[in-house]
Amino acid sequence: MNWSSAANRRTVIKGMGAGALAIGGIGWAIEPARADLAKAEKLLKELIGAKVPQEGKVRLEMPQIAENGQTVPLTVSVDSPMTPDNYCKAIHILAEGNPEAGVCTFKFTPASGRAEFSTRMRLAQTQNVWAVAEMSDGSVWMTKTEVKVTIGGCGG
Amino acid sequence: MTDIKPRIKVPKTAKKGEIVEIKTLVSHVMETGQRKDAQGNTIPRRIINRFTCEYNGKPVCEMILHPAISANPYISFFLKVEESGTLTMAWYDDDGSVYKAESKIEVTG
Repeated sequence: MNWSSAANRRTVIKGMGAGALAIGGIGWAIEPARADLAKAEKLLKELIGAKVPQEGKVRLEMPQIAENGQTVPLTVSVDSPMTPDNYCKAIHILAEGNPEAGVCTFKFTPASGRAEFSTRMRLAQTQNVWAVAEMSDGSVWMTKTEVKVTIGGCGG
Repeated sequence: MTDIKPRIKVPKTAKKGEIVEIKTLVSHVMETGQRKDAQGNTIPRRIINRFTCEYNGKPVCEMILHPAISANPYISFFLKVEESGTLTMAWYDDDGSVYKAESKIEVTG
């Protein structure tokens, strides 16, 4: 998949948003502002440069529905040996519908033994969360997962 | 916000080469800098922005935290234990404070 085709996806999702509004009141019908998507993509470029992430290797475990966006558990793991020659260097977490796209970056060493960590994050609204893994060989892997939020977590 | 003390869960013993799980929790408000008080003034950001972990002085892992990490940040991760030693962890606050914790692991057999 080509992650850079943002404009196309934006158009498509805008259409879906309109559809969701039409049937509003039934489901969640909350569509994150698409400007936020551009923000997340910009941050991703800053983090990994011109590299194009491949799909696979990364597993992001989060609840499908979060009743409270203030504290949503997540566990990320990367399918990687953790030897000095071949290991996962870092995992970046991004949230495309939060006021700030950056969530955290976790850096590993071979002493980690396993490329996995858990934490808890805030989600302002229903959105996709991205997990991006940088490997010692320079390759970049990525996955996205959608979390539906009933009460947002960046309140003010 | 007077007493910020990390709580950690580290096994006391491990077999050589065993991969053990480390769990940590710090009581901290993780103020995002986006909220407003009753008068409409922005509440200044105050978060733990960085976490580091070393074993016998060698880096194990590091985490950069943004305001999207929940209050009372919970972090768990893994460590491959090759020898007995001391695990040291540090949390870095926006206000310059550093909170530290350490624990010993003994290799048995």
